[in-house]
Amino acid sequence: MPPRRPDGPPPPPPVARVRLRFAKRGRLRFLSQLDLARSFERGLRRARVPIAFSAGFSPHPKVSWVGGVPTGAASEAEYVELALAEDVDPEALRVALDAALPPGFDLLACVPAEGGPLAGRIEASRWSVRVPGVPAEDVSRALDALLARESLEVERRTKSGRALVDVRRAVICGVCRASAHDCAILDVVVRHTTPAVRPDDVLTALGVVAVPPLTFPVPPEPTRLEQGLIRVDGTLADPLAAPSGAPNRSETDRLAGRLTA
Amino acid sequence: MSGQSVFPRLEPLLPRVRKPVQYVGGEGNSTVKPWESAAVRWCLMYPDAYEVGLPNQGLQILYEVLNEQPDVLAERAYAVLPDLEALLREHGVPQFTVDAHRPVGDFDVLGVSFATELGYTNLLTALDLAGIPLRAADRADEHPLVIAGGHAAFNPEPVTDFIDAAVLGDGEQAVLDITDVIRAFRAAGSPGGRAELLARLARRRLVYVPAFFDVTYGEDGAIVAVTANRDDVPARPVKHTLSDLDSWPYPKTPLVPLAETVHERMSVEIFRGCTRGCRFCQAGMITRPVRERSIDTIGAMVDAGLSASGFSEVGLLSLSSADHSEIGEIATQLADRYEGTNTSLSLPSTRVDAFNVTLANEFSRNGRRSGLTFAPEGGSERLRKVINKMVSEEDLIRTVSTAYAQGWRQVKLYFMCGLPTETDEDVLGIAKLAREVIRAGRKASGHRDIRCTVSIGGFVPKSHTPFQWAGQASWEVTDHRLKLLRDTVRADREIARAVGFRYHDGRPGIIEGLLARGDRRVGRVIERVWREGGRFDGWSEHFSFERWERAAAAELEPLGVSLDWFTTRERPEREVLPWDHLDAGLDRDWLWSDWQDALRASELDDCRWTPCYDCGVCPTMGSQIEIGPTRRTLLPLTPVPSLPARAATGATTSASATAATATAATGQEKARAAAAP
Ligand code: SF4
Repeated sequence: MPPRRPDGPPPPPPVARVRLRFAKRGRLRFLSQLDLARSFERGLRRARVPIAFSAGFSPHPKVSWVGGVPTGAASEAEYVELALAEDVDPEALRVALDAALPPGFDLLACVPAEGGPLAGRIEASRWSVRVPGVPAEDVSRALDALLARESLEVERRTKSGRALVDVRRAVICGVCRASAHDCAILDVVVRHTTPAVRPDDVLTALGVVAVPPLTFPVPPEPTRLEQGLIRVDGTLADPLAAPSGAPNRSETDRLAGRLTA
Repeated sequence: MSGQSVFPRLEPLLPRVRKPVQYVGGEGNSTVKPWESAAVRWCLMYPDAYEVGLPNQGLQILYEVLNEQPDVLAERAYAVLPDLEALLREHGVPQFTVDAHRPVGDFDVLGVSFATELGYTNLLTALDLAGIPLRAADRADEHPLVIAGGHAAFNPEPVTDFIDAAVLGDGEQAVLDITDVIRAFRAAGSPGGRAELLARLARRRLVYVPAFFDVTYGEDGAIVAVTANRDDVPARPVKHTLSDLDSWPYPKTPLVPLAETVHERMSVEIFRGCTRGCRFCQAGMITRPVRERSIDTIGAMVDAGLSASGFSEVGLLSLSSADHSEIGEIATQLADRYEGTNTSLSLPSTRVDAFNVTLANEFSRNGRRSGLTFAPEGGSERLRKVINKMVSEEDLIRTVSTAYAQGWRQVKLYFMCGLPTETDEDVLGIAKLAREVIRAGRKASGHRDIRCTVSIGGFVPKSHTPFQWAGQASWEVTDHRLKLLRDTVRADREIARAVGFRYHDGRPGIIEGLLARGDRRVGRVIERVWREGGRFDGWSEHFSFERWERAAAAELEPLGVSLDWFTTRERPEREVLPWDHLDAGLDRDWLWSDWQDALRASELDDCRWTPCYDCGVCPTMGSQIEIGPTRRTLLPLTPVPSLPARAATGATTSASATAATATAATGQEKARAAAAP
């Protein structure tokens, strides 16, 4: 007996692709990448987004995630690309889908996919980490000590055991200041490596290089502010900006301005 | 009391626990109301982990029914895992709800739904973390009323120390009536306090209040009598029976969790009750009679639930879904309606007949035909007569042949071990059946690599069933038979590699048996186990048989009874059973004669298709069978406008500029929704 094949016509081919920037805010920072993906797919159905599906017995919506955000971290700059079966207005899509996603899973922008692959436009992240209960000077001093090194490896648990990651080589630049609430705010730009250096690893490294070693009484809260290609001045280029001409920084400035306000 | 959110104190603890997302709430279609707006506030708790409790239909239904009332507020709580429990204790954070993270102790009512008895220790953790005295007798007016519900509440005697009341049966109308009584009592200035409120609820026949009944025991350890200690409450508390399920189409908006749960789908209950009369099945006995939802209500619920949730799978639930009087029409019409939408439909049905395969084919029109499940339950023809599961070996072989011939690659068979009158031979009959199934499957499909999984559950006698008098098989007997069966299957070279074998050891079943048929004396065993660290008894990684065994010996033996006395001992006809004073509608004499019929391996038909055999439920409860066919068809869906097409190229930049300005607006709007106090 030949194997069964799905009856009926194959799913319609994609006719358009869009790229979305989204935020993961508030209590949603405790979502894992899988949780986000699940919520996102349900949002697509609720908003009736004409997403394209793969063929076969268990068709999947064509959603391509770029990287992933660690559980426990918030983000203002996550990216995902969708293949669509109808060429719909990106802004209408954004508004409808945003309304169908849980509060805190917020869509910030939606543009037609243009130029090369999205992953090629992202090589680093800028993180802002709230470090409650530790004086900003201590974190600052530790950061200076870290930046003075050539290399600094820390151990970290992975799915397949333990791995050493070189934090120093991944950290491009950083600064630490005190917030109004007597809480250190660490701002670092970290290059994407394999395995990835996460904000936790940066803090572990800061803890190790500090004299005396730093401990964090309350779990720090990291937020990814930006992702993109690194410019000469250490800032990041918006991966959704038009590929030709000067990078469009308005979006980034607006966000950065709001976040520090 | 304040109802103030504990989230600011909880949040710093979350990065330190496993799966913190289960504690943050924020489910789609969840409701947060202002604390002050409510006259009556319910906390509904499912005493197991979030991933198990969130999909529970009973809790979702009551949550929605209560929140639809303008002056009622209902929130949900689940059991916290031991890692968070330790942190909550260390930091003095109370048991909280996931909706607005309010302290459970601040609510008026804590309703706890017990689908299984193995949640009892988790109730104690929740009470303790909430700052509610463990024992009902120690509670004051400011503490919530602790009300148990769910199937296990049909014998709440083992937890009577810890609960104020129990609701038997369907909860939809009951929670509203309870709310009315509380509201009126408050409005009158709460005269007489907690005891009077409970008395009012009992007088209205809404709840069973254990404190209003005294239990006396005889020399032999058995109960002499259970008698009401006040003359203003009914001597026999009764179960609630909902009629006309079409007018209660809940849940209307299924909860959509952010965290992963055990059922990633929405469910529509297509009927309630079952009168197939399987003698081991408590659910079938206590939910009589059968009450169907009509095909058009089911269609409307599926449509509304899918658009409100975004789920891509719908399960059509009931105790035996293939038995709906219009299931064929439902299957075809829903399959037509959702063709090409990547929505899958599932029917958790285990009926052993070709029609069930036809239904499964319809529901998997475009999907993979992976596994089909059938439940013969007993390994031999004789044993199947004892349990009243009317399936012959020929039925089974014909059914699985049909399934394999139609492209299903894997068949699962469910059986039970430890049934009354069972012998080693009966259990070895399972191996014989499995061999026949594989042979028939190879013949029907034309190839050798087909699979059959045999799943075996231990039988636990439950209250309000014909087997309530039966002696439970000891765990040693169960384990011995399972080993015998496994060895026999493994030794049979023809099928050894084609048959998968799933079973659990017999020990947890003994504790479930103690809790299912225990009386008030078992309460102290539960409390001791909990004090010694017992939690999550339904989870093999947390369950400790030795701890239960020790606690049972320490607490029961001084009273002249024991773990064996409650579990493996067969009860005589005249013994007063701990739940005899609770009325599930079933006539005790009918149950006894059905038990005697079981011992004679004599079968009984279903009252939906043969005349009523007087189980007692309908006349006692004033209920009747409510079934179709209605001969109606599904209403067509109203088309929903799709998103507008993209304007000509060139508009890109302006579109993303609008995006930037619009973001702030939607962000705020959603944030407002999230922050609604
Ligand atoms: S009383 Fe008769 S009709 Fe009603 S459930 Fe029992 S047997 Fe069926």
